[in-house]
Amino acid sequence: MRYRWIAVAALVVVLALLPRIASSDYVLTLVDLAGIYAIAVMGLGILLGFTGQMSLAQAAFFGIGAYTSGWITTHLNLFPGHPGWSVWAGMLLAVAMSALIGVIVGYPCLRLSGHYLALATIGFGIITQLVLINWKDVTNGSDGMTGIPPPEIGPWTLDTYAKYYYLVLAAVLVCAYVAWRIKTTRPGRALHAIRENEIAARASGIDATRYKVVAFALAGAYAGLAGSLLAHDIKFLSPDSYSFDQSVVFLVMLILGGSSSIGGAILGAVLLTFLPEVLRPLKTSYIMVYGAAVIAMIVFMPQGLVGLLAALRARFQGGSPPPDVAPAGLVGEAEPGTA
Amino acid sequence: MSISNARAAAQSGLLEIRGLIKRFGGVTAVNALDMTVRAGDVHALIGPNGSGKTTTLNVISGLYRADGGSIRFDGAEIAGRPAHAIAAGGIARTFQNIRLFGELTVAENVMIGRHARTRTGFFGALLPGGATAREERETRERAHELLRFVGLENVAGAPARSLPYGDQRRVEIARALASEPRLLLLDEPAAGMNPSETDALVALLRTIRAQGTTLLLIEHDMNLVMSVSDTITVLNFGQHIAEGPPAEVARNPDVITAYLGGTLDAA
Repeated sequence: MRYRWIAVAALVVVLALLPRIASSDYVLTLVDLAGIYAIAVMGLGILLGFTGQMSLAQAAFFGIGAYTSGWITTHLNLFPGHPGWSVWAGMLLAVAMSALIGVIVGYPCLRLSGHYLALATIGFGIITQLVLINWKDVTNGSDGMTGIPPPEIGPWTLDTYAKYYYLVLAAVLVCAYVAWRIKTTRPGRALHAIRENEIAARASGIDATRYKVVAFALAGAYAGLAGSLLAHDIKFLSPDSYSFDQSVVFLVMLILGGSSSIGGAILGAVLLTFLPEVLRPLKTSYIMVYGAAVIAMIVFMPQGLVGLLAALRARFQGGSPPPDVAPAGLVGEAEPGTA
Repeated sequence: MSISNARAAAQSGLLEIRGLIKRFGGVTAVNALDMTVRAGDVHALIGPNGSGKTTTLNVISGLYRADGGSIRFDGAEIAGRPAHAIAAGGIARTFQNIRLFGELTVAENVMIGRHARTRTGFFGALLPGGATAREERETRERAHELLRFVGLENVAGAPARSLPYGDQRRVEIARALASEPRLLLLDEPAAGMNPSETDALVALLRTIRAQGTTLLLIEHDMNLVMSVSDTITVLNFGQHIAEGPPAEVARNPDVITAYLGGTLDAA
């Protein structure tokens, strides 16, 4: 128990001082990006990890959030002289828009599951990217959207990666808290029940339709927030970033981390954001090594990084078998909030 | 219409099924079924394989949509209502092929059974403490009480799928009871149980009934059916062929024919 507090304290210090520890702006860019990806992956975790509904459209919602926020802050002059103030309105509307489209996409998908649901979401993802490329009046097509302002808080403008880092960190923490609260209370149990056995869930009084639609909305909302954060971080949007490939990357981040674990989603996002950069010296063969590394991790860590950590902890503490990580934390000594 | 059926119809039941029809393509699985389950009874639904027993249970619990007829529960029409609303209205069930939330713990399974009796939504979940914390604590306590009741408190933290078959059936019963049902539907609760497990099940069912829950059960174990039932309804080819107390049904020539086979004139 004491070691746990020391570990938590160390983590807090590292997170708080990261912009000073980071060796360069380049590393900080990646840290910000990892945090932004982590939010999108947590959203996918609510849909796929908690509820068992496959989606390969998370990058589409990411793009919808980015372009909604980008368009609002570049086309509507909400606060003359303070373009950065409109960023907050952009973020809010990005979240709302992605959640709404999540509902619109999720509702007709309710009768689908497994492979068919995956296919339907791939279709939606491709359509979204085509719209981003071809709806030039709004998105500026393949030329991309430029001139997106950084956010302002009162007198401060978050115009450096170091300053932006704290915004991303706060967003990650809020999103993780929301996901954790949902996971460990009644609505999370309902989502888990649908994942495990939808018929038994319905017979237990759970309105599976409604809960699945909410899961789609939440996945959309998380991706929308992540997209908006990206827009005001890199200040340039191009449709390439919201491809099917990116949806697959989100999925791999989630599975690699441990699909129903919130910490796993964050770990997976951080690992797969940095892995390509670490492998960059390999030049052209990097993508092969990257692919092999991902396959190896999934084969040897079927429960994801979180499962691996739990198994290691059990080994060091001796005797006790690794806890069942998939649905951890709803009952008993793992009860949240009493620690 | 038999004498016993007329008697049952005369008394108003907790569950009243009239002219129920369920078809699958060209097959009529349930054909104009009439059945009345009286409040406080243990009511058994028996019949040969394929006679429509499980289909009837699935229609009552809203998993299948009836193609005709009426199902009144405590006076209100429930045919056509969604399964979750029927569960919330006071009808819980277990499944012939066990349907637990396998990766979740035994306690979580039972806590999920409390869904219809609790309120915390997505927004409420975000607030720690207060009503949310109180409800979570009550849900957990109630789940542990029910696990104690069915004799599984010591495995509360184990994944449900890790339990032996007979214990998994008990988890299903505890999960169903968690919704505080007035009518509990049990689909072959003794299937796969050994004699001592079956004896324990009979004792459990009697206790549940004594606490005021009406039971409607499908069962092939005739010793169990004869020992716990107040009323038995016999189905064959989706139709009601007899209804009454165990001793009466056991002597009914139509029932004997349905079970043992018979000549055309005997039927």
